[in-house]
Amino acid sequence: MGRITLQKVQKKFGDVEVIPPLDLEINDGEFVVFVGPSGCGKSTLLRLIAGLEDVTDGQIDIDGEDATMVPPAKRKLAMVFQSYALYPHMTVRKNIAFPMRMAKMDPAEQNRRIENAAAALNLTDYLDRRPGQLSGGQRQRVAIGRAIVREPAAFLFDEPLSNLDAALRVGMRMEISELHKKLDTTMIYVTHDQVEAMTMADKIVVLRAGHIEQVGSPLELYRTPRNTFVAGFIGSPKMNLIEGAAAAEHNAQTIGIRPEHLDVSTTAGQWQGTVGVAEHLGSDTFIHVHGVAGCDPMTVRAGGDVDVKHGDTIYLTPQAEHLHRFDTQGLRIA
Amino acid sequence: MATQSSRSAARIMMAPAVFLLLVWMLVPLSLTLILSFKRFLPLRGDRIGERGDGFGDFLLDYITGFPTLDWVGFQNFSAFASSGAFTDAVITTLVIVGGVLAVSVIFGILLAMLLDQPMWGQGVVRILVIAPFFVMPTVSALVWKNMFMDPTNGLFAHLWRAFGADPVVWLSDVPMFSLILIISWQWLPFATLILLTAFQSLDSEQLEAAEMDGAGPLARFFFIALPHLSRAITIVILIQTIFLLAVFAEIFVTTGGAFGTRTLTYLIYQRVLESQNIGLGSAGGVYAIILANIVAIFLMRIVGKNLDR
Ligand SMILES: Nc1ncnc2c1ncn2[C@@H]1O[C@H](COP(=O)(O)OP(=O)(O)OP(=O)(O)O)[C@@H](O)[C@H]1O
Ligand SMILES: [Mg+2]
Repeated sequence: MGRITLQKVQKKFGDVEVIPPLDLEINDGEFVVFVGPSGCGKSTLLRLIAGLEDVTDGQIDIDGEDATMVPPAKRKLAMVFQSYALYPHMTVRKNIAFPMRMAKMDPAEQNRRIENAAAALNLTDYLDRRPGQLSGGQRQRVAIGRAIVREPAAFLFDEPLSNLDAALRVGMRMEISELHKKLDTTMIYVTHDQVEAMTMADKIVVLRAGHIEQVGSPLELYRTPRNTFVAGFIGSPKMNLIEGAAAAEHNAQTIGIRPEHLDVSTTAGQWQGTVGVAEHLGSDTFIHVHGVAGCDPMTVRAGGDVDVKHGDTIYLTPQAEHLHRFDTQGLRIA
Repeated sequence: MATQSSRSAARIMMAPAVFLLLVWMLVPLSLTLILSFKRFLPLRGDRIGERGDGFGDFLLDYITGFPTLDWVGFQNFSAFASSGAFTDAVITTLVIVGGVLAVSVIFGILLAMLLDQPMWGQGVVRILVIAPFFVMPTVSALVWKNMFMDPTNGLFAHLWRAFGADPVVWLSDVPMFSLILIISWQWLPFATLILLTAFQSLDSEQLEAAEMDGAGPLARFFFIALPHLSRAITIVILIQTIFLLAVFAEIFVTTGGAFGTRTLTYLIYQRVLESQNIGLGSAGGVYAIILANIVAIFLMRIVGKNLDR
């Protein structure tokens, strides 16, 4: 079980309100991702849930019981830190055994769980090494192993992949997703990488300055962003936000169109511009177009075989059904 | 220094320093060693440098092994060791070194933990804690002897009397305890300072991870903090030992070597003073070197491996 409910949870550091009162429901078995720009309070929120930080006001329920005042060790949550926080003087085996040792678990059971975790995480060959002798990815796995053996009600991850290189990050992303499918335990995952959020989450929580901007499934956020912030944050490359006359035509303050929802032509179209940089990725081409009124540069995602060069004139037409409209407050117009 | 050529370049460039260091250490050491096998009583007319007073004359004398002094074999050594005071002095030395090490490491850890807490006036408190280290040993021993431990006017005597107890005559009733107290007071700041920096380099996420893993405050201390400190503790022990083996001023000022507080250094001083026998003193010096090396090897065995990691 791992149902976590936050009610009016607020956090101040001195006079600075980092998290204004906030409500959030996390269901059992869900993979929830907190995403937002740096400094928006993602880690703080996670640490509040973990109990490493006291709430200033509000209530945190875990499985229906008030856990606001429960010390971290008793919340049955396991956390994987960004720096992994392995114990450097202990071997991998001892690191993984540590929580069980603290719980005074039967040694035979400890060994069984260590073997299981090591097998699941490909760590069997490294059990007698120290963390200093492991690669980044292996350390990450040890940190996860140490979390798994406790059989927690929920896992908390704070940017666990940010210290890894790009290729490894993709691999670990899938391993964590698979782990979630296998264990079916609630996972709360903090990242500022929206690709991680999109690919892993059942539910994404977009935060800005401690506020929840929107909660929803990845596709919900992609298709119907509630405001311009979410619209600009979710999706890669970013959504083009256009103001001025072009927006007024659609009775909106701002209109948004994703790079993949623009039709490209070299002869005719709604908007005219010149090609700035064209990034050829093989499968796709990202074209940065200058000179479109209200949005400079406008990013377009075209097929890999589009042949445009710097300085070419190009015509763009938005696909009407994928146009997003926002009002003066930046909120979505349905 | 990864490549062959950079290594040999380094060797050449270090050579002058190494040479200087060798001369610096070897000359006094070999002088002591040679003299410890000689009869050398200046008051009885034994002289070195009979050829003349120039440096060249001395050098020649030195190189030829001081021909004007008679070789006496191990006589100085046996004379020095045969007195019952010798073993007592060795034991006293070891007790003082061990006692001060224990006190300064244990209380150093506690103090460092205290100073690591965020508190009001942290900067001032830290400077105050370091202060004893700046007081010269002679002065601090005098202060302790006269202001705290004096049986009639000392602060402790007043304190004891305030509670209706008989004042303790510290330096004669519990001389070793008093000495260890005085010397520890001087060395505690050093230990505290080094251990404090070690504490500050402890990753707080590790402590938080341990907290989430269910480790209470004591378990966090013993499983996380103490292993992290092991290297700093090793350094404190090794450095302090070097200086503690040679403690002198504190004993000279307080007990004057009485009441079983005669360390090896102090014994050498007394024997040379009373006998005016430089050969005997040199033999004592060689014993001190041997003791220091035994202690060093012993320490490196048990704590030195912490430095390799
Ligand atoms: N102990 C603290 N005392 C005072 N302010 C703090 C403290 N911890 C965090 N903050 C502030 O709270 C805000 C949120 O910090 P937090 O670490 O939660 O950000 P984050 O979203 O995790 O950012 P990042 O993606 O860079 O890790 C920041 O503005 C930070 O300066
Ligand atoms: Mg963070």
